[in-house]
Amino acid sequence: MGHEVHIPITSDADMVPARAQGRALALSLGFSTTDATLIATAISEIARNILVHVGRGQMVMRPVHEGNRRGLVVIARDDGPGIRDVEAALEHGHASRGGLGLGLPGARRLMDEFHVASELHRGTTVTMTKWRIRDELERLREQRRDRG
Amino acid sequence: MPVAIVRQGDYLIASVQSDLSDNEVLRLRDDLAERVGQLRLRGIIIDVGALDVIDSFVARSLRSIAVTARLRGADTVVVGIQPDVAIAMVQFRLNLEPLQAALDLDEALVLLDRSAHGEGEDGA
Repeated sequence: MGHEVHIPITSDADMVPARAQGRALALSLGFSTTDATLIATAISEIARNILVHVGRGQMVMRPVHEGNRRGLVVIARDDGPGIRDVEAALEHGHASRGGLGLGLPGARRLMDEFHVASELHRGTTVTMTKWRIRDELERLREQRRDRG
Repeated sequence: MPVAIVRQGDYLIASVQSDLSDNEVLRLRDDLAERVGQLRLRGIIIDVGALDVIDSFVARSLRSIAVTARLRGADTVVVGIQPDVAIAMVQFRLNLEPLQAALDLDEALVLLDRSAHGEGEDGA
């Protein structure tokens, strides 16, 4: 099983390992290569968002469990100025500095859950999750393993 | 060097060798724009088969390469987009237009030859 990955986002060079580690963690958690690509792409957008708007931040990726679901959660934090209107920022085509405003809405479409908590002058935290449904076989094997 | 660039006649073939940082993408864009004029190229082929991720920034940069090259008289074709990457681009609603895409180098060369001979503008 995968573990928790911490990645500081301080320059454009940090995005390449952020994408690679997100993909590697997703694959280690049993996600398909397609889902791993969706996750890596969302990570890329969110990391760039931090760099463009704030300049530095922190990313944490880890496995999550909930009933029959297994997933991967990405938490991206920054101490920047915050987003005044989160709803507008999540709307497709919202104009933003240095981009076409595709980052947040695009990342949201790639993930299953997407939440933005922002406080003016305090910073922004983006939490996004992708879920994977375990199939019958995987459940049986896990039960057997748990029984010893 | 993360991008290998070779010239073949009037065409330039740029093969991306590994995942690129944003700065490397911008360098590629500027490099190609410059060479189109210098070498009087008619076409650019960009092989992105090594890219595991094409996000909004890469898509926008590829588009801007195509638009810049077009203004300088060259067509651009992107080849080798991986199936998973294509799925992600659709879900993201990323658009490469007016960029042309082809499955591989051979198809890209046919596309470029065709537009060099003035065909294909109206689907002919």
